[in-house]
Formats: sequence, C-alpha cells, structure tokens
Amino acid sequence: MIQVMSSNTETSKGYNFAYLDEQTKRMIRRALLKALSIPGYQVPFGAREMPLPCGWGTGGIQVTASVIGPADRLKVIDQGADDTTNAISIRRFFKKVAQIVTTEKVDEATVIQTRHRVPETALIEGQILVYQVPQPEPLRGIAPRQIESRKLHAYAEYGAMQVTLYEDVARFGYIARIYEYPVMVNGRHLMSPSPIPKFDNPKMQNNPAIQLFGSGTEKRIYAVPPYTSVRSLDFDDHPFEVQKWKQSCAFCGSGTSYLDEVITDDRGGRMFVCSDTDYCAKRRGAQPGTSEVAGSPAGATAGSSS
Amino acid sequence: MTAAAKVATRRILLDVRGVSKSYGGQVGCLDVSFALYPGEVLGIVGESGSGKSTLLACLAGRLAPDTGSIAYDTKERGLVDILSLSEPERRRLARTDWGIVHQNPRDGIRMDVSAGGNIGERPMSIGARHYGKIRAEAHEWLNKVEIDLARTDDKPRTFSGGMQQRLQIARNLVTRPRLVFMDEPTGGLDVSVQAKLLDVLRGLVHELGIAAIIVTHDLAVVRLLADRLMVMQRGRVIEEGLTDQVLDDPHQPYTQLLVSSVLQV
Amino acid sequence: MPARMNTKDIPLQARGLTKRFILHTQGGTEIPVFDGIDLKVASAECVCLHGPSGAGKSTLLRSLYANYKPDAGKILVQHDGSMVDLLAVEPWEVIEIRRRTIGYVSQFLHVIPRVPALNIVAAPAIMNGVDADTAYSAARTLLSRLRIPERLWSLAPATFSGGEQQRVNIARGFIVEYPVLLLDEPTASLDDANRLTVVELIDEAKVRGAAIVGIFHDGGVREAAADRLFEVGQPLVQKRLPNTAAEAAA
Repeated sequence: MIQVMSSNTETSKGYNFAYLDEQTKRMIRRALLKALSIPGYQVPFGAREMPLPCGWGTGGIQVTASVIGPADRLKVIDQGADDTTNAISIRRFFKKVAQIVTTEKVDEATVIQTRHRVPETALIEGQILVYQVPQPEPLRGIAPRQIESRKLHAYAEYGAMQVTLYEDVARFGYIARIYEYPVMVNGRHLMSPSPIPKFDNPKMQNNPAIQLFGSGTEKRIYAVPPYTSVRSLDFDDHPFEVQKWKQSCAFCGSGTSYLDEVITDDRGGRMFVCSDTDYCAKRRGAQPGTSEVAGSPAGATAGSSS
Repeated sequence: MTAAAKVATRRILLDVRGVSKSYGGQVGCLDVSFALYPGEVLGIVGESGSGKSTLLACLAGRLAPDTGSIAYDTKERGLVDILSLSEPERRRLARTDWGIVHQNPRDGIRMDVSAGGNIGERPMSIGARHYGKIRAEAHEWLNKVEIDLARTDDKPRTFSGGMQQRLQIARNLVTRPRLVFMDEPTGGLDVSVQAKLLDVLRGLVHELGIAAIIVTHDLAVVRLLADRLMVMQRGRVIEEGLTDQVLDDPHQPYTQLLVSSVLQV
Repeated sequence: MPARMNTKDIPLQARGLTKRFILHTQGGTEIPVFDGIDLKVASAECVCLHGPSGAGKSTLLRSLYANYKPDAGKILVQHDGSMVDLLAVEPWEVIEIRRRTIGYVSQFLHVIPRVPALNIVAAPAIMNGVDADTAYSAARTLLSRLRIPERLWSLAPATFSGGEQQRVNIARGFIVEYPVLLLDEPTASLDDANRLTVVELIDEAKVRGAAIVGIFHDGGVREAAADRLFEVGQPLVQKRLPNTAAEAAA
C-alpha cells in the first residue's frame, strides 16, 4: 500500500527502497491518482530505465515499486503461475531492493503483479492488482496515429472498435478475439485489459480491489478503481461469452477455472490443468507456496509463513 | 403531389456568407456567398487552382476560413455557425448529418475492413449494437449501390475503383445524411464506370432527398447531377445559376471558354 | 372543356423579353436575337413560333423555359395559383416550376446512359409523386401510342435511332399533364403516322387546358396543331398573325 517513505530509507545494498528514487515514485503516484480519478484513461508518465528489458514487465514493476511498502506482501504471477522465470525474477528483485515478504497465495498478498491472468480467487478490498501491459492502446490497429486515437478517446468515438468485432462475426460467426478483449470502463473509456484471456474480463467488473495497469514501453498508466463497471464490448445478438472447457482440471477437478493444455508425452498424451497454480493448490489442500522471507525479516508479518 | 407540399416551406440548410480563405498571399477563395436548400444539388466547377477545393474544405469544416460565416441548420438547434461548434460537435455532425465523399476512395473507406464493416461503421458509431440489423442494413446499401452481396465480406482492396467509390458512397449515406460533400467523385474512373456511378448517385440523391455539394471539373458530371452551378475562377464565384442555364447560356468569358472547351463525342 | 376555361386564363406570358448573345471567345461579338417580345399564351391554346431559320425561335422557346437567361423582361407563369416571374425566382423554385408546371420537349434526348427507356419516360411522373405502378403503366401506354416496339422499352435509348429517341423524348414530355408545354420541333425526324400521334397528343393537352408553345417546321403539323403563329425574326419586328389556325389557313 502507498506509504510515505522518507528519503533515507536506503537499503544496505545501496538501493533506495523498492529501487526507484522517491521523486520518480512520487511522479508515478501522481499518475496513478489521476488514472484512478478517470477510470480507463491512459495517463502518460515518465517511465524509467529498469534493470530488465522492455516487454518483461517494466511498467508493472514501476507501478509496484511506487505503491509497495515495507509491510506489504507481494505475489507475482506470469500466465497464472508463480513459478515461471519472469515471476520468480520479479519477486526476487523486490526481495532484494525492498526486503519485503513475498507470497504465492492470493489470500495473503496485498499487492499482486500479474502478466496474462487475473487470479481465480476473488480479490478483496485493500488488495492491489498490478497488470503488466505491453500495449495500452486498444485503438492501435484502428487509428494509425496517436493524435487521432487520443481524439477518439476524448470524444468517445468508439464505432471503429465495434467494427473489429463486426469483422469477427462476419468472418467466423462469433467474436473470435480471445485475449486483450476490449472493455468499456465506467461507461466512458475504452480500455485494453492487457493480454489477459477474455475469460478473466468478467473478474474486472465491480472488483473490490484496486486494478492498476502499467506500460513501461509506451509510458502509460491506467487504472480501474474498486467497484467500477467494466463491460466487455459485444453485440445484442452476439453477447460476450467466456471460454469453456469440456474437461475439468486434471489435478484439482475444477470445472470453472481457466485451463492450460499440457503435453505430457510424445504420443499425443495431454491433460488440462488450472493455469492459476495457487488456486489449484488451494483446492487440492496442498500448501506448496510458502512465503519466501527476504534477508532481513523486519517487515515480515504473521501469515507470511505457513 | 405530396412531394410538392413538402417543398412549399423551404428553409435554408446551409447559409454561406462572405467566406474567404487565403494562404499567405495566395488566394484560396474570395468572398463566396450562397444558400443551399434541402434536397438541392449544387455543383462547383472551375479549373485546378480556382479555389473550389479550398471552398469545399471550408464548408465541410476541415479548414477555418479567414472571414465569413457558414451556418448549418442542425437538427437540435437550427441554424448554427459551424465555426462556433466544438471539435467533437463538428465531428459528430460530420458522421451523422453529413457525408463526405473523397476523390480517392482510400481516403474515405477502410481498405482493411470488409465492405459490410465499412458500411456498418457509421451506424455502430452512433450506437447500433445488433449485428443482424447492422448486417441487414449493409446488405440493403450494397444493393442500392449495385455491389454484389457475395462481396459483403471482401476487403475493398480487392474491389475495382468504381466499386470502391460506390462503397464509399454507401458508407456515407447509410446514416441518411442531409448534406453530402463530394470532391471529384468520378475522378480517376473509367468513363463506363463513371456512368454507372453517376446513375447510382443521381438515383440516391433523388430517392433520399439529400442536398449535395459536388466539386468537379467535369461539366458532364454537373449536368447530370447538379440542379445549380457555381463557376469559380481565381477564388471568386464568377457565374452561378441553374445548371442548364449556366452551361447552355454562359455569360462570363471564362464560363464560355470552359463550356466551349469540352470535347464533344 | 375549352368552353369552360376562363378566356382570361393566361398560364404563360412573356413581357418585354430581350435577348442577345455576347461571344467572348470570339472577340466579344454581340448577337442581338430579339428585343421586347410580348407573348401571351392562353389556356387550351397552341402557339407556333414562326420565322426563318436563325430568327431566334429556339432561343425564345429556351428562354421561356429559363434555359437561356434573357437580358430583360419577365416570364410570368401560373404556378400554385399565383403568377411567378421565372426570371426572378431562386433556382430551386425554377426547378419546382419545371417539375410541376412547365413541360419541355427538346429536339434531342439528353439522358444518362444505362437507364431504360421505360424508366426515362416514367421519371417525370414519379418525380411528381405519382406511384410507380401508375407511372409505368402510363409510360407503356405512351410508348405504345408512339410505336416504340415493346422489346426496346427495357433498353437504354442511347442505341436507338434518331426518330425513336425523339419519340421517347416526346413520351417523357407528355406523361405529366403540365399546364404549360414547350415543344421544340417535336416532329422533326418522325414519319407521318407518328406525326399524327404527336398532333393527337397536342390536341389532348389542349383539351385539358394546357397552354402550348411550339416550333413546328412541318407545315402539316403546324396547321393541325397550332391555333396561331407568333412571328419571330429580324429585324426585330413582330407581326400579329391570325388568331387561330383556321384564320391562318384561310
């Protein structure tokens, strides 16, 4: 959560708390406040160079760094999993530069940085979900110039976006777009939900948590405040629908979660498992994801170990 | 005679007064005034550089004139100076009550969107959200402009120039605008294709009672489409009147030259 | 019918009509055509403009349609129950007057390519609010009367012979019961049978009260159709001619 940090919170390793300097965090927080006041509106910000390449979550990391405090517990997921390279690297990064406690459990986390998924477990008030966004502009394919796409947002001229859905129905008989499915936020701004599957779109609607979006490459921040309307575009006669699977999760038996297809051998063997590892583990009753406590456990709180 | 009754009380649709626009020392158009009535088709002819395109750009709100006023009879507020409208208001007007047909169809249609999608854009931009109805309307308009329904889902880049131009017209007229601006609508088309386009345009303009301003250097186009004609030279309107009057009995030296320069076939 | 018409009923009237051409492309040559012409055409009357070739008959006829702009004078037309000066009204009003009040049959057919003859003929009626079925049925009747073979009706007249085009043109001019009708050599390229039909059509128009001005080079048609001659010609002297065709023939 946002806490005022004094400027002398440098770590023993010579980094300022959470890597970014306080002026940068202040600038990003201002952008975040503006973004929260105008849900779905893309606020430009001065993205910094981060010690990882563009496209690996530089925007998300800068947002996380600006909102996280020593008492926070951070969860990072990539494609729903906590144990992928990108997720592990980012978690390790924050343990190092902020000495915070990390967790793999949604219920324990106060800040969750995500790439490609919204956790299956319902979020609650007080939690912050930070999305990594490669391309913030939903109108990019429609208005070739940014000056025009910003006008389209300003005047709420979104007919052309609807045309792309029309094209899908004309060609395939249904709206074929399955990820980065455009949403209308608060009945005003068209927004890209980042490359999450459309399966996750309904979770954004009326969510009690704060949802923040950061694109480092495009230098844009946008946000959905708690309990905000987030409607997926559709047609009256072709309503928005999420993906469904014939199978249930091979591990936990969930019939309602987002499933990944896993190839198990070279003879055509395959199975479907939850993409959200924390959710799957919780359903199985196992407890694989313990909190990892960084070097100094000063900020660690109860519940971080189990 | 119902049509006649409708015309009895005519009010001005577009009232243009003293519009001038220059580019530095270069004159674009000079002190142009006229009134356009609903359902009236006005042709503007003149050679390249005579100021007709500048005038059209001013009228369509794309260019701010240096002096003068352009009042349009809006549905909500009656006659309003379009120069006093905010940009979103003007853009809204341009995609609902107006149509703009560009000389090059590339400027007026989305080449990577199917014909049906092109026609559906304007309805969708003003809130149409029923796919079936949008598609039915697209079909109706493809019929009107004589494009085979089998091409509904094809991209315009696979169309001939004449088909592209007819698609552009359908895309513009689908919201039944009251005023359409056309810049050389037949420019760059084969003569045989022009005839079909003109025929389609004429039928639609009459059927829908659309007022239109057509800028062209092709006198045959205005003879066929325009009720009235303005002849421009060096930024000024030098002669105007009924189209057949101006073409058959031109008074100004330049108009006489223009009319006598047309090759007869 | 004519008997019931008010003799004071003058649907078309020209006053002080003056026209000259200035040819700027030919060194500003000025060609005076006529000066101060006064012409009254009564309801149910057919006036034949008469005079040598080049005398300005066509110019006068075109001026009456406001196709040419006279330099001075008035053209008063009864339109919607009041007299309107065709030379003083807005262009859209001229178009309205032409649509409902003044019919014009030109020497040549000017239409867009591609449109079938039947549609060309029916168009003026449809433009006047007649329902399509009635209009097409009337067009078929007229084309039959003017002996245009039925197989041609669905074709565009661009490929028709001169006489056929002219008859399509006549059918188009007579499909609406215009109160004023201007005919520019309607029978020029027609055979005798069709000439007779045109005379019949003119007579029928007169019976319903139309005021007609025409140019008829063919003496037979002139005698059969015209009630009186109106002399047009240099040196800009107008002669009053016998008031009826019968007197003229006498």
